[in-house]
Amino acid sequence: MPKDGGIGASTKRREDIRFLTGTGNYTDDINIRGQAYVHFLRSDVAHGRIKGIDTAEAEKMPGVVRIFTGADFEGVGGIPCGWQVTDRHGAPMQEPAHPVLAQGKVRHVGDPIAAVVAESREQARDAAEAIEVDIEDLPAVIDMKAALEDDAPKVHDDLSSNLCFDWGFVEENREAVDKAIKEAHHVTTLELINQRMVANPMEPRVVVGDYKRANDESTLYTTSQNPHVIRLLMGAFVLGIPEHKLRVVAPDVGGGFGSKIFHYAEEAFCTFAARKLARPVKWTCTRSEAFMTDAHGRDHVTKIELALDKDGKFLAIRTDTHANMGAYLSTFAPSVPTWLHGTLMAGNYTTPLIYVNVKAVFTNTVPVDAYRGAGRPEATFQLERVIDKAAREMEIDPVELRRKNFVREFPYATPVAVEYDTGDYDATLDRLLEMIDRDGFAARRAEAAKRGKLRGLGINCYIEACGIAPSNLVGQLGARAGLYESATVRVNATGSISVFTGSHSHGQGHETSFAQVMSEMIGIPAEQIDIVHGDTANSPMGMGTYGSRSIAVGGSAMVRATEKIIGKARKIAAHLMEAAEGDIEFKDGQFTVAGTDKAVAWGDVCLAAYVPHNYPLEELEPGLEETAFYDPANFTYPAGAYAAEVEVDPETGKVTVCGFAAADDFGNVINPMIVEGQVHGGLAQGIGQALLEGCVYDESGQLISGSYMDYAMPRADDFPAFRVDHSCATPCTHNPLGVKGCGEAGAIGSPPAIVNAVVDALQGGGIDVTHIDMPLSPGRVWQAIQGAN
Amino acid sequence: MTSVSMTVNGKPVSGEVEGRTLLVEFLREGQGLTGTHVGCDTSQCGACVVHVNGEAVKACTIFAAEAEGAEVTTIEGMAEADGTLHPIQQAFQDHHGLQCGFCTPGMVMSAAALLKENPQPSPAEIRDYLEGNICRCTGYHNIVKAILAASGQDANAIAAE
Repeated sequence: MPKDGGIGASTKRREDIRFLTGTGNYTDDINIRGQAYVHFLRSDVAHGRIKGIDTAEAEKMPGVVRIFTGADFEGVGGIPCGWQVTDRHGAPMQEPAHPVLAQGKVRHVGDPIAAVVAESREQARDAAEAIEVDIEDLPAVIDMKAALEDDAPKVHDDLSSNLCFDWGFVEENREAVDKAIKEAHHVTTLELINQRMVANPMEPRVVVGDYKRANDESTLYTTSQNPHVIRLLMGAFVLGIPEHKLRVVAPDVGGGFGSKIFHYAEEAFCTFAARKLARPVKWTCTRSEAFMTDAHGRDHVTKIELALDKDGKFLAIRTDTHANMGAYLSTFAPSVPTWLHGTLMAGNYTTPLIYVNVKAVFTNTVPVDAYRGAGRPEATFQLERVIDKAAREMEIDPVELRRKNFVREFPYATPVAVEYDTGDYDATLDRLLEMIDRDGFAARRAEAAKRGKLRGLGINCYIEACGIAPSNLVGQLGARAGLYESATVRVNATGSISVFTGSHSHGQGHETSFAQVMSEMIGIPAEQIDIVHGDTANSPMGMGTYGSRSIAVGGSAMVRATEKIIGKARKIAAHLMEAAEGDIEFKDGQFTVAGTDKAVAWGDVCLAAYVPHNYPLEELEPGLEETAFYDPANFTYPAGAYAAEVEVDPETGKVTVCGFAAADDFGNVINPMIVEGQVHGGLAQGIGQALLEGCVYDESGQLISGSYMDYAMPRADDFPAFRVDHSCATPCTHNPLGVKGCGEAGAIGSPPAIVNAVVDALQGGGIDVTHIDMPLSPGRVWQAIQGAN
Repeated sequence: MTSVSMTVNGKPVSGEVEGRTLLVEFLREGQGLTGTHVGCDTSQCGACVVHVNGEAVKACTIFAAEAEGAEVTTIEGMAEADGTLHPIQQAFQDHHGLQCGFCTPGMVMSAAALLKENPQPSPAEIRDYLEGNICRCTGYHNIVKAILAASGQDANAIAAE
């Protein structure tokens, strides 16, 4: 049994009290005396040349403080991209300028043209309506393949084309893969779309810029998953403010799912304007604005080919993907279709030859970047869908086909540059099959048929690379940042502890789970430990939370710092008990001398460190505070098996999810309750992608799905109760906690399960449909049925 | 500008508002009650649900002036004065019915209205009632469990659907 409040306990979350009582501190709850409000005038066309901006009438409007346009940002840096991909031919990607406010051209609906700063939000909005903008409409490119035509309009006039890069991975494998596919016994081909998604954290983005002229200090309050990253990107590359004069605070943040990783123009604008006006400037994004300014996710068009021998052994995989970058390169956009996607194409299987080609394309749409899973859902979806299709074509049971090809020896070096440290894919699949009563499915299908419904079962596996990431490796892959994590453990004089972590919690519950780790290590109640995050003024430089990295990388940094603390405390205890350091044992908050009844409590050692009267001052500094930076040796590789059972109404095409089960291997688990909650949320986003959600542009680049009226956010009645299990655990071999991360698994593993299940339902009903593109809305399913008939 | 007076969480309050000022703006900006959140601009997300004269209302769908004389309860008015959580709030913590916390005030207020109307709702009735409250974090699973538990039912009955 885990200790209450220690590792493995489902400790209730401490942060819940403030969230449940309405006393959280989200960025929009921050109001600084004297603040002005900004409203952005945004482009309502997808592509156009700015011929003139007349602000004269608007400037006379009540309450207007100042109106800014692109001209005010001449000489100011643009929004930088944090990752550079090198293409197949060794050339760097094409990297366009991304001004804070549009200069010369607008390139997507929502591109900011001008910013009105006024005394009130309403006055800013009213004045923005009085600005006259003369825009010459230009033809827009929305479709990626059309954007690559020779005569396509160019999103960026100064680039040679709309092709950002043409990436081959692993380029040296290309010929061998082509040959293996040409000569194979069987090749299954699938063309599919992984549709554009909108992350939609429930809290829209908010920015408050503040400036103290007396000491030339800027403070940015922002809805961010990684305040230090924003400080570095914005300070160094956009506004030229050194770190010691720029504080970035990300207080309570209402969800992120990737969309709050990136540095956005509004952050730079409010910081810039606060300095110009010497007063605080606040921007609160509306949901409609969020749809046209938050970075979108996915948006891949893919053809995948899987070559098999006559027994079903996978011989080779070749994929060809077009990845939409949108109009500008968002912070980590180039990494998503490349290193976060190509490296996962081996999946859980021993396929010896893999070649991935990705063409990244600029279009007149909102920039696309990481969204929960980021590249790994795209890899998993195509792989697990093509395997299901191959199983049907070769008349092999889809579960058995997967088992024939499982990786079973670890460590396992894939042909796509990563090395899985540990895993047991049979175990999670076996556990899944226990959970879903596969043997009873035929009876359930027969019962559904009596009601006129087509019942289907979809099963798939997944693997992901988390705990992002080894800095030296990602540096070679084009990252312009290190991806370590940091922690400072400050032990107070009476023994209570404050941990300052570079990780950031925006729903993950770090304040509880990180304290559980500390409580386990030190042996004091979790209530005596506080986890502090989200403020560059008090935390060491950290890289933030995304890629299921917090416990694996941030937790490990905290463990390393705590080991230093315990090492020093042991020396102090040895001195206090007049014993040799090697004889000191530490357990449950007590230092003892081995083989004696001598003991000194944690609190007494801490007090001695801060009141060093009886203290080895010649050998040890007073105080008890340590910092550690942890750079992981490898990614972590959570993996598992998922199953969906659905019913399709053949009359309407409506899909009902009757059951969903997830068997995950997350390695060791700190707080099972929190981990299960993370899986539930991931499943909802993955099932939402499979059945409901999708961002839609029309041919002219107008955003059709621009609000919750049009974008189908999943509701409670779209889901069944989930069954989740994480009992099959192969601990990570290279981090001190043996943890792998759990934040993205649900979103990665669930879309193929749903689509596999729907195809199975239709096939089971004698309807020969092999694929339907997501979202599997009633209309699309109904049309597929009609097409097959 | 118009004067409005109402009772919020048992306390009489008043203020000057524009005709276009929404109740949620009056609460957040006029009264500093920032527990009521704004998550959309089309009255769909439900993060701003409060009780007006005992009924659940999205505070972004009515003007502050329309609440003249009303009894308004917000999330800040749910716990006891000594900090003891309301049973629904407690059930949300016990069953991990929240993650980022942004939708939570609206969820709790909607759940309270549901249980007033239907003291023993089934899991399906809970899911149906929450049509107007969007959560992006939890997949709703633990929210349904929390509301079952708050109604005195077995939270594990969620699996019986």
